[in-house]
Amino acid sequence: MTERIAAGSWVEIHKIVLKAGERAPQVPEDTRQVPLEMRVKGFLAASANVDDEVEIVTPAGRRLRGRLAAVNPAYNHGFGPPVDELVTVGIEVRAILRQRDQVK
Amino acid sequence: MNAAAGYAQVMERRDEIIRSSLEIDYARYAIGALGFDYERLLADTGYSIDDVGAIQQRTAVGNTPLLELTNITALVRAVAAAGKGARIFVKDEAANPSGSFKDRRAALAVHEAKSRGRAGVAAATSGNFGAAVASQAAKAGLRCIIVQEAFDSHGIAQPEIAEKTRACEAYGAEVIRTSVGPELFYVFLRVLEASGYFNASLYTPYSILGIETLGYELAHQVRQQCGRPPDLVIVTHAGGGNLTGTARGLAKAGAADTTVIAASVDLGGLHMASDHDFNRKSFTTGHTGFALPFTTWPDRADVPRNAARPLRYMDRFVTVSQGEVFYLTQVLAELEGLERGPAGNTSLAAAFAIARELDQDRIVVVQETEYTGAGKHPLAQLNLARQLGIELRRGDPRENRPGQCIVIPEHPSQIAVSDVDLDHVRRSYLRNAFESLGQTDRLTGADIDFLADETRSSPAYIQEVIDETH
Repeated sequence: MTERIAAGSWVEIHKIVLKAGERAPQVPEDTRQVPLEMRVKGFLAASANVDDEVEIVTPAGRRLRGRLAAVNPAYNHGFGPPVDELVTVGIEVRAILRQRDQVK
Repeated sequence: MNAAAGYAQVMERRDEIIRSSLEIDYARYAIGALGFDYERLLADTGYSIDDVGAIQQRTAVGNTPLLELTNITALVRAVAAAGKGARIFVKDEAANPSGSFKDRRAALAVHEAKSRGRAGVAAATSGNFGAAVASQAAKAGLRCIIVQEAFDSHGIAQPEIAEKTRACEAYGAEVIRTSVGPELFYVFLRVLEASGYFNASLYTPYSILGIETLGYELAHQVRQQCGRPPDLVIVTHAGGGNLTGTARGLAKAGAADTTVIAASVDLGGLHMASDHDFNRKSFTTGHTGFALPFTTWPDRADVPRNAARPLRYMDRFVTVSQGEVFYLTQVLAELEGLERGPAGNTSLAAAFAIARELDQDRIVVVQETEYTGAGKHPLAQLNLARQLGIELRRGDPRENRPGQCIVIPEHPSQIAVSDVDLDHVRRSYLRNAFESLGQTDRLTGADIDFLADETRSSPAYIQEVIDETH
């Protein structure tokens, strides 16, 4: 059984703003084939289950409705591993500068 | 919301929504069939450059350091002909409270919102400007809503924008994240209508006047450090505000003879409204996907008359490749001890190439840096690019192909700029201007003068293009 999410929890709602058939006329073909989606975070107005249609109170104090998509969603963006194509750049340019100093 | 909320219905109310969100009656400034009084639009805000500086100072915006990049200059000279290799300076705009020059624009917009008694501010922006508006709103005690184009249809967030989401939320803003598409503007109009907040658009007069202090300060700083104004200022160019405001500020500081160069990352071949291309750009700003359309038709912005008019101010327009900017970002960190960007380093990559051709006593200023961090870093972009099947390798940067192959230079001597043909850009602007005319509209003498100002040309040039087109 899934856990009921308490009112006041920090959550994210998801909503379809425009369906695939309702996109603006100027959008390219690939974009036209998918809906315009929206995600907003806020405090859950009343206890609910994930995927329920809910209301949130946003940090700006507005009440917005949507599907309860995530509870306390993480910030997952990071750096990832170093890439070989950049790791030696510093060594290379310092070597160029050293060479230049010797020439002088 | 009582009014009809469908896409077409909201877009029909666009002018009315914008007017009440800004309290600027743009129609008052119209001249002839398509012109408008640009200087009066800016002057009517009532702010002098000293007023702007004073407002910015209250929140520690501006007065950022100007640093000489002595080690990068040495590297330029190591690959330049004898006697060549200009001195490169950078204005460290990352020192602003939210980490970029965008604080300058936001400071004035939020000040304006506060003095007009608005409860909050809203902005449609996926970039540093969102964090800037949110930071300024926090200080001013105003509510804030930021609308971002943030993720593709697979739910993959562009890492740099994910970091901006985090920053805006850290400053207490409501962040509306959308998937890819220009209908973000429709979402934004609905936010403005429902909230009654002030529209902190990037393209209002406030947003441009806010940047004038950047050009103004840097002219004075170079004079102080070198005894004369800079020879060249290189501006990372996207929507045109950075270039417009900086050039105007330089002129106000008596440095009207300084050459102003626009630099953008070449994203040729990628479509800005494409869901597929969204995460394959590896840059969220400072690229040709914004720079070319906004230079050739500024009034495609979210306000009827864009106060950013870059073609009026640019002496030269160059592009650099994605790989060159990532390379210089790494060089900046390792030779100068400054971890900044990457997007703001577009002008640094251009400066490297341009300084190489100039005499050693010339002074080149890169007029901004921006903060770096998780998501907002070459590693985040390059790892995502690789994950999406984009080839990443060392080699000749001329082989860089946006969306297919990112080529990190093997040697600094490979860094070069490509010139965008300004005559072509001017003609493209004029074609857009002529297309904006209604069927019964006729160009007046005032329109011709306006178009000459807009394209930094002459009435004779405008007439020549008219004769060629008709």
